[in-house]
Amino acid sequence: MDLYTRRLLINRFNLVVSLFTMLFGLFWLGWILFTLFKAGLGGFSAKLFLEMTPPPGSDGGLLNAIMGSLSMGAAGTLLGTPVGIMAGIYLAEFGSRGWLAPVTRFISDILLSAPSIVVGLFIYEAYVVWVGHFSGWAGAFALALIVVPVVIRTTENMLRLVPDSLREAAAALGAPQWKVIVLVTVRAAKAGIITGILLAIARISGETAPLLFTALNNQFWTSNMNAPMANLPMVIFQFAMSPYEEWHKLAWAGALLITLSVLALNVFARVFFRNRTATY
Amino acid sequence: MNAAVLQPVEQALTQKIQVKDLNFYYGKFQALKNINLDIPDRKVTAFIGPSGCGKSTLLRTFNRMYALYPNQEAKGEILLDGENILGPGQDLNRLRAKVGMVFQKPTPFPMSIHDNIAFGVRLYESLSPREMDERVEWALRKAALWDEVKGKLRQSGTSLSGGQQQRLCIARAIAVRPEVLLLDEPASALDPISTGRIEELVHELKADYTIVIVTHNMQQAARVSDYTAYMYLGDLVEFGVTDEVFIKPKKKETEDYITGRFG
Ligand SMILES: Nc1ncnc2c1ncn2[C@@H]1O[C@H](COP(=O)(O)OP(=O)(O)OP(=O)(O)O)[C@@H](O)[C@H]1O
Ligand SMILES: [Mg+2]
Repeated sequence: MDLYTRRLLINRFNLVVSLFTMLFGLFWLGWILFTLFKAGLGGFSAKLFLEMTPPPGSDGGLLNAIMGSLSMGAAGTLLGTPVGIMAGIYLAEFGSRGWLAPVTRFISDILLSAPSIVVGLFIYEAYVVWVGHFSGWAGAFALALIVVPVVIRTTENMLRLVPDSLREAAAALGAPQWKVIVLVTVRAAKAGIITGILLAIARISGETAPLLFTALNNQFWTSNMNAPMANLPMVIFQFAMSPYEEWHKLAWAGALLITLSVLALNVFARVFFRNRTATY
Repeated sequence: MNAAVLQPVEQALTQKIQVKDLNFYYGKFQALKNINLDIPDRKVTAFIGPSGCGKSTLLRTFNRMYALYPNQEAKGEILLDGENILGPGQDLNRLRAKVGMVFQKPTPFPMSIHDNIAFGVRLYESLSPREMDERVEWALRKAALWDEVKGKLRQSGTSLSGGQQQRLCIARAIAVRPEVLLLDEPASALDPISTGRIEELVHELKADYTIVIVTHNMQQAARVSDYTAYMYLGDLVEFGVTDEVFIKPKKKETEDYITGRFG
């Protein structure tokens, strides 16, 4: 067997192996999705979006939980994203000198890998205990704390991918550093930075632990961010653990809803950037 | 080294840039050794020499590009119109407005062709949209790119071909009307036609600008430049009128390099 045939065979073998590992992964994912659709689709109706979470044994929807998740998710993202982006810019553009950047990067990495329940406990100690009650804001703060390190990490990485030659070219025209960063570097990394934000949103939309000690839950409609707030992950947790048939159905429907939203977000991001990267 | 040898012969010329005892360091590594050189106003000066001899390094001291990096350091004096630009009080952005640069690889900004050129102009002048359009057209015509892009100024600069991108970068650099233009192998990635256009451009621009060009192409140096500096391992070996450097170089090393007998 000559060298070429041997390479060919090794190549085929590896291709087959990687194909199987891919199928292995897809199999579980497919199963999860299948179960989710099978159990959750039955609960999908207009009621889901129009009625509040029901007391045990009766019919209802998830409106208050959906609204709670949306408001806390939005508030968390709006609070966390600017901090994350600015810290990411600092690390990528000014982080080559001094001790502040390595320390910040280290802390951010710890935050990134910290169990999210720790984040929830921290907000509980630092905010909930201080104001004396659970609230939507507390939940939003906890989610923001999860958003920050994700956005820092992706922003820094994306900015580092921008070649120095681009920064030099802008500086060579006499542009001050902040203009170089805002008008050229960040712009060149825009697609990646926005992808990072979407990733962070996807990450927080399924988080239960950080809301446990912060937003808690609420059986009723509220738009008051200063009061305990319903949210999908908590409702799913509570309903799935209960012995009631109706609650189980709603829990599945809620899980499917989160999955579909995250999926839609990802698809949207892909389509959006496919069209945009071609011409910026 | 005899300093007198390194002076261009026509003493009547005004010197735009005067380099005095310049030493340059990348950390501990010394990349330029005691360079002395005068670059005449409104002429084309070419830097030639084998790869790694310090041509780009020398070029990047003229607009203090190296100052972006904390471990790079220049010692000595560089006088631009008699004023030391290495001095601590030098405003870097003001310096770079006067000394433009085009890099070896094209570096279009992630924005439209129009905005690529407007970017630099906006830093110094507030023009009306019409004046800006005129300036963009002027720069693109100078860089021999206008006819190819006039219908698509709103398209991204990154959508152009490599050669077009390079001419865009040249247009961008001249749009701010600098006094000195530094060109670091501007044509190394270009086809012969684009290269020819850029050489014509250099020829045309020297009426208004002082141009310093780094090139690996001996013919190009001979064609476009009035003065030539030959560098080797961080030393300035020979500097003089291009014709003299090419026809009867004073140093054996220069001759060997130019005639291709060099390693
Ligand atoms: N960023 C850097 N850090 C450390 N050393 C460097 C750096 N840039 C260049 N050097 C070194 O400085 C010397 C001169 O480099 P320079 O880029 O000026 O050469 P050059 O003449 O432009 O070569 P080329 O023709 O290949 O572009 C080389 O020995 C190079 O290895
Ligand atoms: Mg070089």
